[in-house]
Amino acid sequence: MSLLRLEPRGQASRAMVYLTPVLAVALTLASGFLLFLALGFDPVKALHAFFIQPISTARGLGELIVKATPLVLIGVGLAIGFRANVWNIGAEGQLTLGAIVGGGIGLAFYGDGGWWVLPLMVLGGVAGGMLWAAIPAWLKLRFNASEILTSLMLTYVALLLLNYLINGPYRDPEGFAFPESRMFEPDATLPHLIQGTRVHLGSLFALLAVAGGWVLMSRTFIGFQIRVIGLTPAAAGYAGFNEKRIVWLTLLLSGGLAGLAGLGEVAGPIGQITPSISPGYGFTAIIVAFLGRLHPVGILLAGLLMALSFIGGEAAQIALGLPKAITGVFQGMLLFFLLACDVLIRYRVRLGARRVAA
Amino acid sequence: MNRRTMGKALLGLAGAAVALAVGAGGAVAQDKLKVGFVYVGPISDHGYSYQHDQGRLQLEKELGDKVTTTYVENVPEGADAERVIDQLAAQGHKLIFTTSFGFMNPTLKVAQRYPDVKFEHATGYKRSANLATYSARFYEGRTIVGEIVGKMTKSNVIGYVASFPIPEVVSGINAMTIALRKVNPKAEVRVVWVNSWYDPPKEAEAAKALIDQGADVIVQHTDSPAPIQAAEERGLFAVGQSSDMTRFGPKAHLTAIVDDWGGYYVDRTKKLLAGGWKSEDTWGGIKDAMLHLAPYNPAIPADVVATADKTKADIVSGARHPFAGPIKDQSGKEVIPAGKSATDEQILKMDYFVEGVVGKLPK
Repeated sequence: MSLLRLEPRGQASRAMVYLTPVLAVALTLASGFLLFLALGFDPVKALHAFFIQPISTARGLGELIVKATPLVLIGVGLAIGFRANVWNIGAEGQLTLGAIVGGGIGLAFYGDGGWWVLPLMVLGGVAGGMLWAAIPAWLKLRFNASEILTSLMLTYVALLLLNYLINGPYRDPEGFAFPESRMFEPDATLPHLIQGTRVHLGSLFALLAVAGGWVLMSRTFIGFQIRVIGLTPAAAGYAGFNEKRIVWLTLLLSGGLAGLAGLGEVAGPIGQITPSISPGYGFTAIIVAFLGRLHPVGILLAGLLMALSFIGGEAAQIALGLPKAITGVFQGMLLFFLLACDVLIRYRVRLGARRVAA
Repeated sequence: MNRRTMGKALLGLAGAAVALAVGAGGAVAQDKLKVGFVYVGPISDHGYSYQHDQGRLQLEKELGDKVTTTYVENVPEGADAERVIDQLAAQGHKLIFTTSFGFMNPTLKVAQRYPDVKFEHATGYKRSANLATYSARFYEGRTIVGEIVGKMTKSNVIGYVASFPIPEVVSGINAMTIALRKVNPKAEVRVVWVNSWYDPPKEAEAAKALIDQGADVIVQHTDSPAPIQAAEERGLFAVGQSSDMTRFGPKAHLTAIVDDWGGYYVDRTKKLLAGGWKSEDTWGGIKDAMLHLAPYNPAIPADVVATADKTKADIVSGARHPFAGPIKDQSGKEVIPAGKSATDEQILKMDYFVEGVVGKLPK
């Protein structure tokens, strides 16, 4: 018999569902305040260095957008799949394949490209991600293999493939045998959108993905099917919805967007193919998707917030010498509070043992 | 949570926001030179990044009245590096050391944006008017290590936990193997690539895999002490990397190649303060005090220590070159003829294994 128990609420408050992320952020800030105090830093200064100073210049804002771009692109795609109970955990691998295929096109036409190279690279990036996501889709439908496992394991295959290429065919011939490709030519680099920042065309793609994701989910029949399949697969079956088609669609869509994100990194801020393209964007995007309540607009905000927690961690380190681990602590607190709030809006906490129903 | 406590929480948030806005802009006037450091690993790696940070601390100690230092650790080698370097430059750092190979192109890009800031990139090859490069001749230490492990191995298999197949790492493997085979022609070297500079679980796995393949001495060119710990657990020997790692495996730790960046950092900062900073390439060895070997394990017999000391003296005096010919590659082809030594350029581009290394170099 426990002293505390959770009693399901009949209906979670709709307002609270949207308010909990805000509440979680507020609680994180409050705990951060106490944490900095305990560490012996001026908490106001520390929070300022962490959350405000990094975005107080145009360049800083640009960096926020650059960092959020892959998170939002991937998060939007993943969320659509998650709504249909299709759990693509391997976006990191699909991102890598996008960079390999799209970036490879840029390298293949090195020295004799033209305006057409970049569109081809973008298509290649999308195709690469789709290809990598098609494997778990096929395995799921053909052998009923869990896409959680297959997509995750394919991530490591993708990283090893990248390692092979970067030490072989992709390696810069003038690069002293270092495992890096050449720098892409201007024709093969995403144009900057805002002068004086690193904001590139990929950020526009991310905004389009948010808009497209919203239209798809709330304004189309396919979006309706996705939601029904996710909520009650049996009902979807009775209604004659083609679940196979939805598995293909959601995996290809999320894979394609992840591939586009990968291409955006190599043809954008990195400017070449390197052994480490992404510091785990494919995994962080899963958190972003849930933080954003699987809603495209929510994901946009969550992506920006998550990006801020990354660059804020660096900024605080530069300004105050805070340890880098603080970034992880902040992200952890944010998730913890979000999940805790979620529990509390779905369940009531009761003290004492369950009363016997009358 | 009920409505009232929620209201309180929101009130608290509003309060924090006001406080935040009030506290904005507390920049202190700076006359001291600001020097920034960018590390690829955490300074708690007790290896490569830790050792760079020791150099930074030495700089603070010696020139603390003229400089302040800042570091950013755990910076990924990708799109993030450029932002970090840019931030350091934008916030008034006039001398910035970026300490990993993957920071090369990001450093170059930022250097072009801030012509009045001096940049120094470790282990790369691209320079510009305000971007210098520096590295240490780690392979000199590997030669001494090769002689020691050649005498300490019983199974005649040396395991080598390696990061990336880049010339710096490959030349280290080769230098060790050449010296190893001089004292023990039957010995061979097995290499496992972990494709990371700092990944303790992977490094430990690699060490264990090598031990299972018969290696009884583990040498590493990755930054964490995990391989040392793996060797200690199995009662075998190991050689540390970048930093004295004795405390992670007192019985296993034969010695370590210790990087000494402090002298260089002090020297370059002094040059900048005096107005004599130039963009150049520095590649220092044992002679220039850019690396040394950690104290030898008492388990090493006295005659082996004596040989190691002699080799060290010969490298410093130039009597011995770690890549003195004849050197054959794995296929038996002579790459450096007798009577000649590898040139710096040949070492910097080394992309083959010498005889005695088992396994293929990823191409």
